[in-house]
Amino acid sequence: MIERKDLISDFASIGADELLDAAQDFKGKGYRLGQSCATKIPDGIEVLYSFERDNVIKNLKVTIDDKAPELRSVSAVYGYAFMYENEMHDLFGIKFKDLSLDYGGKFFKIAMETPWNPALVKGGDE
Amino acid sequence: MANLKIGRLIMRSLFKKPTTKMYPVVAPVWKENTRGHIVVDMDACIFCGICARKCPTDAISVDRETKSWAIQRMLCLQCGCCYEVCPAKCLANAHDYTQPNAEKVTDEYTQSDKVSESGSSPG
Amino acid sequence: MAKRTIIPFGPQHPVLPEPIHLDLVMEDETVVEAIPSIGFIHRGLEKLVEKNEWPEMVYVIERVCGICSFGHGWGYCKTIEGNMGVEVPPRAEYLRTIWAELGRIHSHLLWLGLTADGFGFESLFMHTWKIRETILDIFEETTGGRVIFSICKVGGVRKDISNEKLSEISEIIGNLKVELSELTDVFLNDVSVKNRLVGVGVMTKEEAVEFGAVGPTARASGVDNDVRRDGHGAYGELSFVPIVEAEGDCYARCKVRIREIFQSMNLIRQAVKQIPCGAVSVVVKGNPSGEYVGRMEQPRGEAYYYSKGSGTKFLERIRVRTPTAANIPALVHLLPGCDLADVPMLVLTIDPCISCTER
Repeated sequence: MIERKDLISDFASIGADELLDAAQDFKGKGYRLGQSCATKIPDGIEVLYSFERDNVIKNLKVTIDDKAPELRSVSAVYGYAFMYENEMHDLFGIKFKDLSLDYGGKFFKIAMETPWNPALVKGGDE
Repeated sequence: MANLKIGRLIMRSLFKKPTTKMYPVVAPVWKENTRGHIVVDMDACIFCGICARKCPTDAISVDRETKSWAIQRMLCLQCGCCYEVCPAKCLANAHDYTQPNAEKVTDEYTQSDKVSESGSSPG
Repeated sequence: MAKRTIIPFGPQHPVLPEPIHLDLVMEDETVVEAIPSIGFIHRGLEKLVEKNEWPEMVYVIERVCGICSFGHGWGYCKTIEGNMGVEVPPRAEYLRTIWAELGRIHSHLLWLGLTADGFGFESLFMHTWKIRETILDIFEETTGGRVIFSICKVGGVRKDISNEKLSEISEIIGNLKVELSELTDVFLNDVSVKNRLVGVGVMTKEEAVEFGAVGPTARASGVDNDVRRDGHGAYGELSFVPIVEAEGDCYARCKVRIREIFQSMNLIRQAVKQIPCGAVSVVVKGNPSGEYVGRMEQPRGEAYYYSKGSGTKFLERIRVRTPTAANIPALVHLLPGCDLADVPMLVLTIDPCISCTER
């Protein structure tokens, strides 16, 4: 019987400008970037980055404005973050600065721009 | 032949009966749990509408006034949610699958005269 | 410098079961750059949380993928259970483990078949899928579905498997082992198969870590990561060692998957022996209000599930990060330098599931 490491839930909120340093810090400690995703909350967008090492997950949360969402990309630290960040760009309209591989909104072929961010949808019914 | 590792297997298969079945000729054997399509016992239905609300694809519609229960067969994904939540237990699972069709079929049932009609529709 | 040409690969291609498009920049026969593009089948399944109540959302999340559907159902249930602090009865955890391992066998067999088809070994493909059919039959008998099972629910599972049935499954698995050993010999020792796989698309351990590869793709390069070791489900009580190969080529990726099938068979037989009696589900009251990030080891690798509750019947957000999303950057790194004829093999050996990736 081994310890249930999956039951640990660790969330920390940080400012948007601290994100890159924190990611660098995690990379230095040997963490992998597990996933990152955005969530629409009433007063903005919450971007979540999950890091994993030895089956323990640590999550960083950044809250940004939903009218003109902008964030510095962590793809400079974790190269493979471009997948998640392009996805967030297409679905939520978050602009990532210094994205290593930028698809410019052509990552997902969808009928409307930023469908999951009602604050940016033009002429939408929401 | 020394390098053709699959040779023996192929030689054996040559003299064996086929693994596949001649489907329309040989009827498929349904397993005890196979989810095929939803059947409804209209006499027991209380028209609460829970199945319609819980259905993940909105395939079911219930009308309390006309006492009718309808299912869009092509939308139903056989998850079994409806018969699990049904308080009157009037919904059940039948093993055989919905027949393929060129049109989207809606089956409508009313309480007085069981199966009333079946035709195409959803718009 | 030779003249450069761009060859579009996919989204419709004989070896690809799913739409991924690669722009291959070629110099003669060699790939010098590859630009992936996905997004042909974004379905927006995650958005459906706004329409479906959380107990019914499991049916939607299961349909993210047709092959690892049990794993996705379990992953979703796990993230909600973690969110609400639900404790699942041990028998349910064992049953989930058994189904998940059966799912791994059927996914790996599917992959082996597709790979055989990819390098043009049609009869090997047929024989692999013949074995896979037995697993699908077990699924149909125990859950009612062949590929989409709808068996997992928050708080446990919907159906129990009787102990007699379990020992029957264990016996079937034992027979399959014999049948599979014969095919293993073909996959690992046949000269024509080895010609296509050995030394093709080598990814070193450092590269695998740097490009964030997961699952069998990473394990074939010597990265020892296996989410099953975090002790979820019944894995904490079963003994197993993650299968790791050092070579990092297509052959190693094939070997890892074959060995994992035998490992899964072993895990199922262990679980059948140890399964405790008792309830298979608990009643879950209330609504999720916190947030939780859970992980699962899918047949293709590590998957992430994030749920954020709002205290109502409707979740604020559900997010599934599938293994292929993590493996695509590694694939893009692998492609430069290989021959055009090897591109299908490379794409296949990361076991891509694009519908999963886009959801």
